[in-house]
Amino acid sequence: MSDPALPPGLAPRLVSFCDELRREGLAVGTSEILDAFAALRSVPWTEPADFREALAATVAKSQEDRRVFELLFDRFFFRAAETEAVARGISEQRRYDGGERLDIDALREAVRQAIADGSDGEMRDVARLAIAAFGRRGEGSGVVGVDVQRIRRTLGLQAQARPDADELVLDRDQIQRFERHLRRELERVLIERTRKLPPSRPLAELDRALPTSPAQDLAAVHRAVAQLKRRLATLGHEQRGRRRGAVVDVRRTMRTSLETGGVPLRLRYRPRRPRRPEIYVLCDVSTSVTSASVFFLSVLHALHDSFRKLRSFVFIERISEVTEIFERERDFRSSSERISREGGVADVSGYTDYGRVWLEFGGMISDELDPRSTVIVLGDARTNGREPHAEVFAEIAERAGRTFWLNPEPRLYWNYGDSVMAAYEPHVTAAFECWTTRHLEAFVNVVAGGVPAPDDR
Amino acid sequence: MAYQRHQRPQLSPRGTVLYADLVSEQPHDQPADVAEVKRRLADVGYLADEPAALVAYLAQRLGKPVLVEGPAGVGKTELAKAISRATGRELVRLQCYEGLDEAKALYEWNYRKQLLRIQVEGRTDSEAGDGDSWAAARDDIFSEEFLLSRPLLAAIASERPVVLLIDEIDKTDQEFEAMLLEVLAEFQISIPELGVIEARTRPVVALTSNNSRELTEALKRRCLYLWLDYPTVEREMEIVRLHAPELDEALARRLVEVVHMVRQLDLKKPPSIAESIDWARALLLLGAEDLDASVLERTMSIIVKHRSDIDLVAERVGVKLAGPQVEAEAAG
Repeated sequence: MSDPALPPGLAPRLVSFCDELRREGLAVGTSEILDAFAALRSVPWTEPADFREALAATVAKSQEDRRVFELLFDRFFFRAAETEAVARGISEQRRYDGGERLDIDALREAVRQAIADGSDGEMRDVARLAIAAFGRRGEGSGVVGVDVQRIRRTLGLQAQARPDADELVLDRDQIQRFERHLRRELERVLIERTRKLPPSRPLAELDRALPTSPAQDLAAVHRAVAQLKRRLATLGHEQRGRRRGAVVDVRRTMRTSLETGGVPLRLRYRPRRPRRPEIYVLCDVSTSVTSASVFFLSVLHALHDSFRKLRSFVFIERISEVTEIFERERDFRSSSERISREGGVADVSGYTDYGRVWLEFGGMISDELDPRSTVIVLGDARTNGREPHAEVFAEIAERAGRTFWLNPEPRLYWNYGDSVMAAYEPHVTAAFECWTTRHLEAFVNVVAGGVPAPDDR
Repeated sequence: MAYQRHQRPQLSPRGTVLYADLVSEQPHDQPADVAEVKRRLADVGYLADEPAALVAYLAQRLGKPVLVEGPAGVGKTELAKAISRATGRELVRLQCYEGLDEAKALYEWNYRKQLLRIQVEGRTDSEAGDGDSWAAARDDIFSEEFLLSRPLLAAIASERPVVLLIDEIDKTDQEFEAMLLEVLAEFQISIPELGVIEARTRPVVALTSNNSRELTEALKRRCLYLWLDYPTVEREMEIVRLHAPELDEALARRLVEVVHMVRQLDLKKPPSIAESIDWARALLLLGAEDLDASVLERTMSIIVKHRSDIDLVAERVGVKLAGPQVEAEAAG
């Protein structure tokens, strides 16, 4: 790609950026890269906003891709600039040496103002000021993440303004933006000091993962659920057209053979009927999985939208059917509220009792289970030392066609402490660790499409 | 490159020139920069934000289709219409729905006319040799005259550059998407009886999707991508005031704020931009001076269209609106 309009260094850089995008799972093909070059040639690419948008429009082809793109874009070009600076031995003049003289209240006010204005340049300047001020007071820990939080606390930046103070009200997004600036400036200082770049790592799983703590934004969970719903909607199609496991329809083959004088030249296949799974979902909502249960409830919520024949249950010590709540309440928030209010699943201690849950579930449902039904358990298999009753679970799994277990803990923690996953695992069709959308997708593929389970990532 | 424009006349296998003689390529009214696109769109009543204007610009410069995704009612379709108005190109629209097929999207043979033609032929020269008349009839009935062009063919074959809008592509099935690939990448359509028809002018193509399913990679690969979201309060203010200029500014702001509040709720159908405009016009007609709980209650059905949604909005938003007024009364 030799083009007069683009500087020679840009092409390899863009290609390596696209390479990094690929490593994060975006489908960036050669045609996308060519498009990106074509696009950059027609916009004033030296404008940061135009550059970013033109690139995004050509390589990030879904909302999810766009999110990863944003995360990577900032990081990549920041690193690229810093690498260059280190290579050429450029370091910035310390323009903010007056940091220690700054009154902390004045600084706090300046920061708030800058955040409220939302100008990136302004925010970067005050972030530097803040870092300089704190550096002087010897509060730097050397760990970027720790320092960011420390500075944020000292500046008193909180999402909810205290009601008495007539300060500017800042929302969480704005503060997060400022934190990003802080982080970047701290990294810059670190790089200048050590004269080398920290190793590049793939995006932390957490950055892309679902926010699982209940305090976090439900909107983010909703986005992921919407994504899941879309996947579920397309799953049927991907299988179509492939003659997999097709069964010859003898009668129709014979009938067609009449055209060719009784010689069965063309085989007729029985149409593949999509499996309409009858699903039973059991969801642990106890405290040991608090962080995961919002996620799990939202999964339930999404499943309800996509599958007609779905019955859902929540349990802690006892089990309770909540199908109706989900069917009646469309709103996720109110349905989860009603579940906690009306579920009636906590008995005395509030600790999960898997053994008892199996007994109750078996008593309620086992007559209805047949080989066409699928049982999905969402839980960590931590019985708090109580009898696991694996034999009852085995019986349930036996009756149901397929049984899946989604465990919100990494496989590493299974069977550690009071987790009795080993007792249940032999009886299930498959057990998955599941705390991100990606895990969920792997699982959804199995349920709806019958694609073999991918290896553990 | 595959994107070169074809200047040579297209010949069918049997050598007839398709679609009359070719008009020489008109110099395109290509926009000079993004700002110009933005200005032109604004002139025809569409306030595009930076990404939208940039993608609209790239679509015209690069001649690539644009895939526009986003929630319902953010102006995806309107963007395509605005591009058509701004560039003075004709809009060819293909509304997708489940079960849409080639006959409805590409072309169809007008078989009744073909039948008539054959019958007429049979009457007039029944004496002629069998083989000859059949070959003549075949060449004749599979010609342009008996072709009914549907939106895609119409867009490709148009003499003047057009804007092709493929609306709600997510409603169709994947087979249809696959069929689109030829049109979108090469701007050509193969008709077995006639040969390949190639576009003489490069249409601006916009595909919209409501995200009801994931589109195939192959389709996405051929498109530029634009995600349109609900506008910010400021932008929506501008939009509302553009379309209902008589509305008082303070009232417009309040209206947009309420609409944003309503969108925050988990509704079956959040209000679209068009509905905020409708609402603004309704308030004008009613001569409302302020947007309080009672006005909201009377006019809510303009922005909220489901029974359960109405209840939810009345409960959550109505209460908030009543708040300041009660305080004002208490003070006064």
